Amino acid sequence: MPAPAERRIIFKHIDEPGYTPDLACYLRHGGYAILRKALAMAPAAIIDEVKKSGLRGRGGAGFGCGLKWSLVDRKSGKPIYLVVNADESEPGTFKDRYIIHQDPHQLLEGIMVSSWANNVRQAYIYIRGEFPHGARILEKAIAEARAANLVGPNVLGSGYSCEIYVHRGAGAYICGEETGLIESLEGKRPYPRIKPPYFPAVLGLYQCPTIVNNVETLCHVKHIVDVGGEEFAKIGTPGNTGTRVLCVSGHVRRPGYFEFEVGRITLGQLLHEVCGGPLPGRTFKAIIPGGSSAKVLRWGETFTLKNKDGSTRTLAVEDIPMDFDTLAACGTMGGSGGVIVMDDSVNMVEALANINAFYAHESCGQCTPCREGSLWMKKITTRMVHGQARAEDGALLLGVADQIAGRTICAFGEACSWPTQSFLAKFGDEFRAYPGTKATPRPESVPLA
Amino acid sequence: MSAAPPTDLVPVTIDGQEIAVPKGTNVIEAARRVGVDVPFYCYHPKLSVVGNCRMCLVELGQPAVDPATKAPVMDPVTGRQRINWIPRPQIGCATSVTPGLHVRTQTPQIKACREGVMEFLLINHPLDCPICDQAGECKLQEQATGYGRGYSRFIEQKNVKPKRTQLGPRVMLDDERCILCSRCIRFCKEIAKDDVLGFTDRGSYSTLTCYPGRQLTNNYSLNTVDLCPVGALTSTDFRFKMRVWFLKQTPGIDPESSAGANTVVWSREGVIYRITPRENDAVNDAWMADSGRELYKQVRAPGRLAGVRVAGTPATLDAAVARAGELFRAAAGRVAVVGSGRSSVEEQWLTRRLAEALQAPAYLVSRVGEGDGLLVSADRNPNVRGALVTGLLRALPAQRLDELAAAIDAGRVTTVVSVGEDLAAAGLTPAQLAKVQVVHLGTAESPTSQAAAVLLPALTVFEKAGCFVNQQFRLQRFQRAVPGPAGTHDDLESLARLIGAAGGAAAPADLAGVWCELAAAVPALAGRTFTSVPDLGLPLDPAPFAGLPFVEGPGLHFTPARA
Repeated sequence: MPAPAERRIIFKHIDEPGYTPDLACYLRHGGYAILRKALAMAPAAIIDEVKKSGLRGRGGAGFGCGLKWSLVDRKSGKPIYLVVNADESEPGTFKDRYIIHQDPHQLLEGIMVSSWANNVRQAYIYIRGEFPHGARILEKAIAEARAANLVGPNVLGSGYSCEIYVHRGAGAYICGEETGLIESLEGKRPYPRIKPPYFPAVLGLYQCPTIVNNVETLCHVKHIVDVGGEEFAKIGTPGNTGTRVLCVSGHVRRPGYFEFEVGRITLGQLLHEVCGGPLPGRTFKAIIPGGSSAKVLRWGETFTLKNKDGSTRTLAVEDIPMDFDTLAACGTMGGSGGVIVMDDSVNMVEALANINAFYAHESCGQCTPCREGSLWMKKITTRMVHGQARAEDGALLLGVADQIAGRTICAFGEACSWPTQSFLAKFGDEFRAYPGTKATPRPESVPLA
Repeated sequence: MSAAPPTDLVPVTIDGQEIAVPKGTNVIEAARRVGVDVPFYCYHPKLSVVGNCRMCLVELGQPAVDPATKAPVMDPVTGRQRINWIPRPQIGCATSVTPGLHVRTQTPQIKACREGVMEFLLINHPLDCPICDQAGECKLQEQATGYGRGYSRFIEQKNVKPKRTQLGPRVMLDDERCILCSRCIRFCKEIAKDDVLGFTDRGSYSTLTCYPGRQLTNNYSLNTVDLCPVGALTSTDFRFKMRVWFLKQTPGIDPESSAGANTVVWSREGVIYRITPRENDAVNDAWMADSGRELYKQVRAPGRLAGVRVAGTPATLDAAVARAGELFRAAAGRVAVVGSGRSSVEEQWLTRRLAEALQAPAYLVSRVGEGDGLLVSADRNPNVRGALVTGLLRALPAQRLDELAAAIDAGRVTTVVSVGEDLAAAGLTPAQLAKVQVVHLGTAESPTSQAAAVLLPALTVFEKAGCFVNQQFRLQRFQRAVPGPAGTHDDLESLARLIGAAGGAAAPADLAGVWCELAAAVPALAGRTFTSVPDLGLPLDPAPFAGLPFVEGPGLHFTPARA
């Protein structure tokens, strides 16, 4: 059941008794009416509505959807592709899978509306390899929609044709990076491309202009066409419009997925009122607010933020509204909406060892800093938790992370170094005093210079 | 005073130095022009840009302009236009210059970037340079010295990977040394058109390998060894034979075909250890075929001729020349000269002089194979065009010496001078060979050397200097890498002595002298000397020979002229 503070648009029918993923059920709930409406609109008008809506991408970066669409090269004469990023791999994130599993036609309708708006004739759903069940559901849903003339040639007699294909990944986190995804879709190793020159909007899939959007983002497009961009922009807060799904995992009484108007709920409300607060006898310690790549927040810390008029205000961590801009101002990010909660039972060195192991395993290996740095950080934290910690390991970890962030081909460099940087910044004492720490550094590690 | 730059030049400022470079130049190349070294590993000017090593990070900026008025924004302190620097460092290899681009390579941030990449590349790299074959020509060594911190903070276990993978018959891989720059992969895919290399696994465990069931067998595989910036790929022929800093480098020309790839011959104390390509953007870029790299083995091959012989018994050069003179006089009017498309331009000139002195017809042995479309052309003689330019030949040589064979059968030819060619291989039967007296210049034992009445041991292409004219009519010079073995004589000296024995006018016996004659007699070479031939070759005018049916097909930097 939805929590009282929720406003469910995307997740309206998720977990609703009797709601099934087949086409008949979707049509009973008014499905594909918005596709009909969209097909009667001019494509440019739909793009306009999306721009007016202020919709920001729900995959992680929060890039404006209308802006992304407006960057597409429409004069090249090449086909424009829409690629749906269903490679939901960010640790702590589990929202797209519920859309795919329980309401696949909502996604398909969003894809068709967006395709029509952008003159796309082929759309690909790139779904992560670990979602075999989701891939089967999507295949079935596409077949149903195609049989009903909702996807495929001459959609609903409009003369517009668009095919949707499902492509399964082989199990690599890096395929969620849009250019890595495109390489994988082309049948290659998912090495992210250098930008410039390979911006997907100009040189994407098969060197053609390509739009890569997250599953949740495309579902929102459907609702924007439904209510209109201006109306949609009234949901949420200015600059942070609409609703978004937050996935809460970790040490709360009632973890789960919830949909709120963006910025209309604070971190404290989310954890205490919606998720039931900490487990009995425990207290909150650390929160990662946007998937494991986001910088960690320390429970109890306060932030001094600048107001628009130049004055400053102080914000406690529990009062942070869960939007894009405030989280960014607090030095972290809304990311993919995966809120990971750690309480006082957690040792931060061990938590970081876990995260580092993930990123070392998932680094694609293309560019030097991420390839070597992520494994080095893992080796350090693994050694630390196996009783070989040294007093200087914290500083070393930070030094390694600082050599990665900002110097790599793709954002994985930041994704793998931000946890280390933020853990050290906010819980550095735990690293300096981790059990097993030797008092003196080993001689060979002392700089000669 | 400075003239306004042409429109295709872009003004940029690199570390405060202003320079105009051609549009499309990347930052690394632009910096090179002002003497600023931007280090890199994965970048190669002849391959696609991937930007994976991150060593070439630089700071970029553009002059600030007011967004509304487009007027330059001035810095009140310096009085110059303010520069908007991009906060994040950018890779120089993938950044093409734009007008007004500012580049900084010497800031604390860039120093830290380079130190970081160096440290990362070394943490899992074996630090055993003293036993590594790449030592002395290793980019990791060089750039660790130039851009590294000089100490390591790494105390963990290094990754373990395969140490001796035979990628193909000529290339060995040490995966622990590999820095995953992907140059070899790109070379095979883009240049050799043999896409067999790739990475398996991921992250720091990524491993270079051949595709399942495939091997790196193509005839250009050794270029991957040259391209490899570290000691990961080594030549099975050369590895652990010699330290590179002991080797002398001599510029050469690949003699295996008329493509004429430029080479470097590496030798020490008179022994050649390897041959690598020498960059020439008009001919072979930075590549050469594997087949051309093994040719040095003929220098010390069994059967190498190293003593003058007269009728099969050792003799002095004077005695041999005297005997040749007797043969020429005895067979006056019935002598033929067989020249070679493997001889240098200078030797071909003296061969022509010899034929004229003997009033004898000159033949050439043709060698035609299949061209590979790259750097092994269909004409396997390196210098047929030299024979045309020097006037030794007026038409392209026939496939076999049938005309000469008929003349021998008819008794019209009783003495044959063979300059470097085995007449049996060129189509004469043992019976025909037995019917004639042969004066032979050669490097290796052959039926012709066995049958020769006069045998003058000659030098291989590595033991002498000279020029070839390649398929592009480009005159290219090679230098002597090693001395010939004791008992051999320089081909020019032997030919000059034979011209004397034939009663011709005194002929020069050295390069300078031959070039005096060439410069006077060959219009295309007027005013030239051997030393004035440019290192990257001298294009000659092909027009006088335009009608000839040359056999070469398209190759790297070569498009055949078709009627």
